Amino acid sequence: MKKISIVLADDDEDDRLFFKEAIEQLNLNSDLNLVENGNELMKYLEDLNSPLPDLVFLDLNMPRKGGLECLREIRTSKKLKGLTVAIYSTSSSEEDIEECFVRGANVYINKPNNFESIKSVLLKVISTNYQYNTSSLNKDNFVMVV
Amino acid sequence: MKLVLGYHAHTVVKKVIETEIEKFGIAYSYTDSGQIEILNELCPIQFDKLKKNLLDYGIYVQENQKEQLVQRIKEVVDEFIFSEENYNYKTSQYISDKLNLSYGYISNLFSEVTLNTLEYYIIFKKIERAKTMILSGEYNLTEIAYQLKYSSVAHLSGQFKKITGLTASNFFKIISKRNYSLTEN
Repeated sequence: MKKISIVLADDDEDDRLFFKEAIEQLNLNSDLNLVENGNELMKYLEDLNSPLPDLVFLDLNMPRKGGLECLREIRTSKKLKGLTVAIYSTSSSEEDIEECFVRGANVYINKPNNFESIKSVLLKVISTNYQYNTSSLNKDNFVMVV
Repeated sequence: MKLVLGYHAHTVVKKVIETEIEKFGIAYSYTDSGQIEILNELCPIQFDKLKKNLLDYGIYVQENQKEQLVQRIKEVVDEFIFSEENYNYKTSQYISDKLNLSYGYISNLFSEVTLNTLEYYIIFKKIERAKTMILSGEYNLTEIAYQLKYSSVAHLSGQFKKITGLTASNFFKIISKRNYSLTEN
């Protein structure tokens, strides 16, 4: 199986650490990059010459450039609009969820508060994305709340 | 003006493959769905070029035996989901009969290669089909449940929620709003 490339943008150091640890423990053939805010994420994505990541996890509330703004830039960029974007947020309000989807998010994750749940949620998102990429499915219909 | 398109994916794929292969002037024949036999020798450079050209359309050349079999399993699952006949036996029996392999072997191989269990994949594909049917606006949930061989609407709704985290009506609302906001901007 081909290596799965993942990026997480989150300003919270602990959240980044748990995420990294969870990905490592899943023991997939994956490659993770961590960035600390939206500006850094967009710079990272735009500078990439190599193939784009399979999945971008995006925290909603980040200083300087927030998740929704990144999402808008990704969906209006010719180069980036096909990316799978998973919102990784502490909010579980119906309005936030709906707004993210309408603006083009594929996945909405309500940040789990225990480590085992982080692992199972990440596995579900990564494996579902893998199916979309390998089973000729219409990615426009890829919306999922976990 | 808005056009609503219907298409037959298999025909599209076949046409693309034919066009691409003919560019190389190679003799070939279709042996089975998704399988092509190249009748004369293809040099490695041509082969790589063909692989690359097909990849532009999202068509992969499966080189590894296990991946080939997984591809066949996926096709059989699709046949089962899209078929309008009512089979009296279970999905597992259907898949196993079609591939002439034991279901245990098929399902182990599937999990090994794809990150998902085959059981999950079957449900997942049925829900994807349900999504397309919901968005077409031509069917209500009762009709969709019947066509996808669910015993009841409640069963379909339950699986929809389990796979997507959304209710079917919420899904419809979100996609409609998204399409609306895209055409506005």
